[in-house]
Amino acid sequence: MLAYLARRLLINAVVFVLISVGVFLLVRAAPGDPVRMMVNPEHLSAGGAAFVAAKRAELGLDEPLLVRYGIWLRDALGGDLGYSLVSRRPVAEVLGERMGPTVLLMSTALAIGLVLAVAAGTLAATRRNTAIDHATTVAGLGTISVPSFFLGIAAIYLFSLKLGWVPSSGMSTPGDGGGADVLAHLVLPAAILGLSIAGPFTRYVRAGLLAELDADYVRTAEAKGAGPGRVLIRHALRNALVPLITVVMISVPQLLSGAVALEQVFAWPGMGQLAVSSIGQLDYPVVIGFALFIAVLVLLCNLAADLLYAAADPRIGLS
Amino acid sequence: MTALPALPRSPGALAARRFLRNRMAVAGAVFLTAVAALALAAPLVAGHDPNAVDLAAFREPPSAAHLLGTDSSGRDVFARLVHAGRISLLVGLLSALAAVALGTLLGSLSGMFGGPVDAVVMRAADVVLSFPSLVVIVVLAGVLGPGTALLVLVFAACNWPTACRVVRGLTLSLREREYVQAARAFGAGRLTVIGRHVLPAVLSQVAVVGTLLVAQMILLEAVLSFLGLGVRPPQASWGNMLTDAQNLTLLQTMPWLWLPPGLAIALTVLAVNFVGDGLRDAVDPKGARR
Amino acid sequence: MTPLLTVFDLAVEFPTEYGVVRAVDGVSLEVGRGQILGVAGESGSGKSVTAMSVLGLVRPPGRVARGSVRFDGEDLLTLPARRLRRIRGRRIAMIFQDPMTALNPVVPVGAQIAEAVRLHQPGLRRAAVKARVLELLASVGIADPADRYARHPHDYSGGMRQRAMIAMALANEPDLLIADEPTTALDVTVQAQVLGLLDTARRESGAAAVLITHDLGVLAELADRVAVMYAGRVVEHGDVHQVFTTPRHPYTRGLLSSRPVLESAGGALVPIPGSPPDLLNPPPGCAFEPRCALGAGRAVCRTSRPEPVAVADGHVSACHLHQEPI
Repeated sequence: MLAYLARRLLINAVVFVLISVGVFLLVRAAPGDPVRMMVNPEHLSAGGAAFVAAKRAELGLDEPLLVRYGIWLRDALGGDLGYSLVSRRPVAEVLGERMGPTVLLMSTALAIGLVLAVAAGTLAATRRNTAIDHATTVAGLGTISVPSFFLGIAAIYLFSLKLGWVPSSGMSTPGDGGGADVLAHLVLPAAILGLSIAGPFTRYVRAGLLAELDADYVRTAEAKGAGPGRVLIRHALRNALVPLITVVMISVPQLLSGAVALEQVFAWPGMGQLAVSSIGQLDYPVVIGFALFIAVLVLLCNLAADLLYAAADPRIGLS
Repeated sequence: MTALPALPRSPGALAARRFLRNRMAVAGAVFLTAVAALALAAPLVAGHDPNAVDLAAFREPPSAAHLLGTDSSGRDVFARLVHAGRISLLVGLLSALAAVALGTLLGSLSGMFGGPVDAVVMRAADVVLSFPSLVVIVVLAGVLGPGTALLVLVFAACNWPTACRVVRGLTLSLREREYVQAARAFGAGRLTVIGRHVLPAVLSQVAVVGTLLVAQMILLEAVLSFLGLGVRPPQASWGNMLTDAQNLTLLQTMPWLWLPPGLAIALTVLAVNFVGDGLRDAVDPKGARR
Repeated sequence: MTPLLTVFDLAVEFPTEYGVVRAVDGVSLEVGRGQILGVAGESGSGKSVTAMSVLGLVRPPGRVARGSVRFDGEDLLTLPARRLRRIRGRRIAMIFQDPMTALNPVVPVGAQIAEAVRLHQPGLRRAAVKARVLELLASVGIADPADRYARHPHDYSGGMRQRAMIAMALANEPDLLIADEPTTALDVTVQAQVLGLLDTARRESGAAAVLITHDLGVLAELADRVAVMYAGRVVEHGDVHQVFTTPRHPYTRGLLSSRPVLESAGGALVPIPGSPPDLLNPPPGCAFEPRCALGAGRAVCRTSRPEPVAVADGHVSACHLHQEPI
């Protein structure tokens, strides 16, 4: 088990180095003077040409590429991602304050998606080849076919503009911002984002559960006198959900993709919206900071998937 | 007397029969044919130039002159819709084709050569698969500037692993088949074996993967163009036609602007997915649906 | 005294893509209280399906087409699900063939046995349940039960898992144990231990047992009565000594002589030629006819299906030629 984890860690470390090189090259490819991207703009405007030259040397921009990569990586890992060209504040700070809303949106969506998927997948598997099963399959295809941003637009049209049930944009009403207010803003984007991942998850739950319901230990449980509900929940579902943990963790970055578009539609003040608006304003340091954040998130999720899987399935210990 | 069962036919004919028995898949195929025909014949059926600005006819509701009304620049929405279908379908098809071609190449090499080649390719596949292509292209488009060619390239670069894994698995099992071993024994090189035996054998499975990818690629193009990072205006795509809907007044009062392109994306992708699902069941009836 | 378990004219069908398979076709069996009935036959002869149908464990689309299973005066086949569940695991317990797959891989073994206890003794307190499980583990010869309790099945060897399965089966002191090839999946060295344990445990609790196996030597040693199955039917049923010393069905005789016997060095191993019939298209006559040393080609064997006939007191054979010397 330790060997397994060590191997996964090593692979992730190699991948991180490769990605950081990619992001570093992206920094170089970005138009504009890198000094302007890396230095506090207040100092820059006060300094003049001599100051820029000094900073250039200080930042190591005159050094060979490899050394510059080293310097950049050290700074980035230390949280120094440069300054936003628009707000003139450190990128880490700008990204950091957008993280909370995105995490709130994504975790709510994940919870909604999982509950839906486990319910629908279980229903489909236990009523295999019935109308309910087929309906679940078609509905699943529907959720992966309708683009979530369009669903978001349609939902705003219906629930906000026509019915007036929930606010159409933002995370809170100015001057309010209480729990109920945030919840009202959260419900549409989170439900739509949750729906978009429920489809694929449902497939996993259904397929996994069908395989487990066929397993010998299910028959053992029945032979003990356990009722169908107990057999399903205590035995089959428990086994079927083990592989789902990996799927869920690996889906988190994909979920962020969905969040990018939905944050835009709902004007949700998260990282996705920040990234899109930064691109519009040519604020490269923020875009690159976002890229690095995604890279780290992907790696952490992969690692978490490995760890959780190892923790949830006692059989992993063997190999 | 009961009728005798039909004589066994070729696998292709059997798959075709299974596909035709799947009502959803057939409906999807019919719908797609109609959409593709409309898109191909766009200049003939549109009736208007999709990019002709007419400030006199600005945000007009649907009428006889403008079937789906006009947009904020007075352009005919129906004309834009059918022309947008061309670019949306083209990007979807090209990206999926490129992704599948790359995946098939890498997968067959990986399966045939094994060893370090296999290890590197499979690790790369894992890594690429764990990166959401939307975010990759958001960043790249942000730094390099948006564009249709970039879309296709990045889509292909981010989505080859699915086909790669399928092809690798099939190659591994084919490699052990007697006729392949015999070919190798007679001196056929590995690349020859890939070309002559592996590629024909994996074609049907790759077609399934490719079809499902087309659906994903159309969706991806739509969302990126919606965000202003894909197909650039004035060139119309279903995604960028929805960009205007972010304006709440427009959203509320002019549904003809955003409903048609949204439905076009949703129904087209749904149809492609139905076809893909139907193909998968037809090609691999046991594996697909337990 | 009425038997504890009476299976009468049981038929079980499995619809497949190519037609309906009759895996069990008119099986009748009896198990007396405290007795061991051995069921022998090749794989696919319907032994396991018969055992599964006793407890209603045949999975859809498989279904019982006809017959009855009377257990202590009740027909288990018509019993409502809720009442059947009260019999499963409490009055009739089952031990399966492959202990590698029959235990839930993600639940500790102790908890799985505790579940069996708690399902039928819901009033028992946690500590009492655990004490009972530890006692059961110790009684089946598992060393250090306190440590083993919280371990998952993958920490157990095959033999230990089967011991745990036996402990689970004994948890509620059942009246009938059904063991479906309990040692087939185990190492040869462990097989004898597990069988010995099963026999001791059964004897101590006074339970009756159905022991399914293709090992006739095991039956000769443990069983009181024996039923030989072929192609979904019982071809011979009777006292174990009677059946083994004077078999009245050619198939039984074939099985007995195809068995490697170390002691009788002179008796060569004679395999039964041919293979079992296709249950999709069973022959109209005796299913064994094509392979039969005695009846192959005979008109009566080819055209009419032999019904079970009493050939001696409590000894039944389903052979047209049961009177001919074999």
